[in-house]
Amino acid sequence: MEIMYFLIGCSLCMALCFLFAFVWSVKTGQLEDDYTPSVRMLFDDKPSSQKEE
Amino acid sequence: MMPVLNQHIISLSCYHCGDQITDVPLLVDDKKFCCQGCKQVYQLLAENNLCSYYEIQETPGSSLKAPVSEVKFNFLDDEEIQAKLVQFKDSQVSNITFHIPTMHCSSCIWLLESLYKLEKSIVYSRVDFLKRQVSIQFNHNRCSLKKLVQLLASIGYEPALNMNDLEGKVKVASNNRLLYQLGVAGFCFGNIMLISFPEYFGLDEFSKSKFSPLFGYLNFALSLPTFLYSANDYFKSAYKSLSRKIINIDFPLALGILVMFVRSAYEVFTHQGIGFFDTLAGLVFFLLLGRWVQQRTIDTISFERDYKSYFPVAVAVLKENKETTVPVNQLKIGDRILIRSNEIIPADALLMAGDAKIDFSFVTGESKPVDKVLGEMVYAGGRQTAGNIELELIKPVSQSYLTQLWNASQFTKQLPSAIESFQTKVSRYFTFFLLAIALSSFVFWSLTDMSKAVNAFTAVLIIACPCALALSSPFALGNAMRLLGRAKFYIKGPEVVEKMAHIQHLVFDKTGTLTQDKNFEIEWHGPQLIAYQQQYILSACYQSVHPLSKKITAHFNQLNPIQTSTYFEIPGKGIEAFFGSVQVKVGSAAYLAIPVNQQIASVQTLVYVAIDNEVLGYFAVKNAYRDGLQLVIQNLSSAFDLSLLSGDNDAERNTLSKLFPASTTLSFNQSPADKMLYLDALKKQGIYIAMIGDGLNDAGALKVADVGISVSENAAHFSPASDAIMDASSFYKTAHFFAFAKKTLTVIHFSFVLSLLYNIVGLSFAVQGSLSPIIAAVLMPLSSITVILFTTTMTYFYAKKIGIANNL
Repeated sequence: MEIMYFLIGCSLCMALCFLFAFVWSVKTGQLEDDYTPSVRMLFDDKPSSQKEE
Repeated sequence: MMPVLNQHIISLSCYHCGDQITDVPLLVDDKKFCCQGCKQVYQLLAENNLCSYYEIQETPGSSLKAPVSEVKFNFLDDEEIQAKLVQFKDSQVSNITFHIPTMHCSSCIWLLESLYKLEKSIVYSRVDFLKRQVSIQFNHNRCSLKKLVQLLASIGYEPALNMNDLEGKVKVASNNRLLYQLGVAGFCFGNIMLISFPEYFGLDEFSKSKFSPLFGYLNFALSLPTFLYSANDYFKSAYKSLSRKIINIDFPLALGILVMFVRSAYEVFTHQGIGFFDTLAGLVFFLLLGRWVQQRTIDTISFERDYKSYFPVAVAVLKENKETTVPVNQLKIGDRILIRSNEIIPADALLMAGDAKIDFSFVTGESKPVDKVLGEMVYAGGRQTAGNIELELIKPVSQSYLTQLWNASQFTKQLPSAIESFQTKVSRYFTFFLLAIALSSFVFWSLTDMSKAVNAFTAVLIIACPCALALSSPFALGNAMRLLGRAKFYIKGPEVVEKMAHIQHLVFDKTGTLTQDKNFEIEWHGPQLIAYQQQYILSACYQSVHPLSKKITAHFNQLNPIQTSTYFEIPGKGIEAFFGSVQVKVGSAAYLAIPVNQQIASVQTLVYVAIDNEVLGYFAVKNAYRDGLQLVIQNLSSAFDLSLLSGDNDAERNTLSKLFPASTTLSFNQSPADKMLYLDALKKQGIYIAMIGDGLNDAGALKVADVGISVSENAAHFSPASDAIMDASSFYKTAHFFAFAKKTLTVIHFSFVLSLLYNIVGLSFAVQGSLSPIIAAVLMPLSSITVILFTTTMTYFYAKKIGIANNL
């Protein structure tokens, strides 16, 4: 049953990773605007039309 | 009689802005445009391969019928102004964030983020659509700030620059702290739950002795960040309100959290059990979630504005015949300033030169321009509509009539409304009731078993912690706010929805509120015109581009114009045309040299017609009442008392008394102060009032009212400080909005009953001193989630049922 100590440690570490990921995402402003990126990703780049000219 | 519009005209809409093309369309690449401005934008975009703009969304542009003046942004060359607007600057690049009110669709996002293709010195541009902001980094050595703004304006995205920007940087609303708190609470909640599960599902004797203390200590450690960091604000708020001898909802919450923490820690360290740490973390997490939802709703709708937002940043000052640009806050008495067409007058001044036609709609709500003669006083806030004028300042900006109106005591004082929120009312009684139950169960058990008494006392405080009650208001009101926002009814804060539910009396302003700014009714006064007369008038007006001529043309749209022999127009006065030997004159009373009827002319624009020097009569052009006004009034009059306060004279009394029920008070010639006094008097009688107005002349009344609603033709444009802004297109739904607010309050009442039921179940365990952690751990999230789901679905349901918006 000593494996339990190890497993609990692991699970806490993983959870801490997620917490830090969350803090990082807040810090870098990823949660400030949750609408524009959803539109932005749908825009197509049209490099071909520029090369034609 | 409704004018029948030519079908052919209806089918033509501008490829750029989608407006109907009333003139001959301009053609480029088989595409039709309504004006030069739209055409130019298209050509610019086409040259730069940016035509995807028109593919993402149809007719995405904003109309550019009023061209942006070349010199308008000259003030941006001023270093001092630049320094205040730019957020970051090094030797190469500058960063700046603009607010762009015309941004409205995904095409706008695309074009604004593709700016670097139009102007090579732009490093990047990034849009925040909900805030209508674009952040741009550009190389200032290759492109001046002025050029950048001119570029934006030339493609129809003119940034809003105003005095507020100069006084302080646009403040970045930071709710990061709340997000961190929420994240930490969520992290702790999840882990404590996980660690508590084995205990709930039962551990055998061997494992229990081995792991139970470990789990307890871990839970304790994990609950510390929640208790000390995440729940911090609740303790602060409870302490603050206690020191002011008020009991708010945060007091029982903070008390519950504190008791839970102390008792759980005691149980863990004395090895009596595992405590209520999971309930504690869950409670804090859900509470913060509610707070976050509320804050997000408020963040997306922000319209704290004052007069400064509407003043220009800088004006042209004339010194020794030379023009220099001076920031508005540095203007001095005696300065001679130049105001161009469409600019706003920043301070009270005397007219020194030029033809002044000033639109005071910003101040009075009346959009009909007022003529001023040389030497006359011109008040701040007016917008010049004719050519350039020169003014000499007689008051500094901060002491102008407009500024004083704004700074009147009614504005600066925060007027407490008599309407108390349901939550405040309930939490006062709730807390006393809760303490009474806790104490009586303590006393009851202390006679027999002291430890059971403490147990029961703390258990009551833990289980009755009004989490669900604290959640019901933010979720119900927040959701209601969002739904109303979709119906173009924008509310300042959740408390306004609740106040709306209590309103008994509605007060309307007339001009700009009940009437439409842009829609006109045209009426002929005089003997019936014969067919050939009609045709002559139409043909004469057809030649002119003046807005009034266009309206007369539209009035006769079933006829076809004929060729004039000679035609000429004196701008702003009138037109003269010959059909063979017949002379037709159309224009103002002054143009035709006849006396003006002041009584009528003050509320309507009159256009006189003379054929062969015989005055036949006049066209009266007046603002039309809003669509569906009669129905709105009918719906409202069954539920509310109504009043009408108008700044105009009583020429419209007859029309209005037919619209409104007989019990309505109709008052005319009301000054801004009169309006405030009227509302004050009603308020003193203990009546809850909502004021619906528009211009700054209503601003005082809007503030005095329990709920001030300003009607705006364009939500991005001016509206005085108020509790809510209603888009004019939603005016016909006014009654629906109030009905919905009432239903929202009912939803809150019901969800309170629901949470009480949960509390009663929990309390029945608690008073017996037999509350086990698992019951608390199940009841608390269950009641919270029930309340969240109930309020959200019910507000949706009522919004649909009442029909406040189609796009729910």
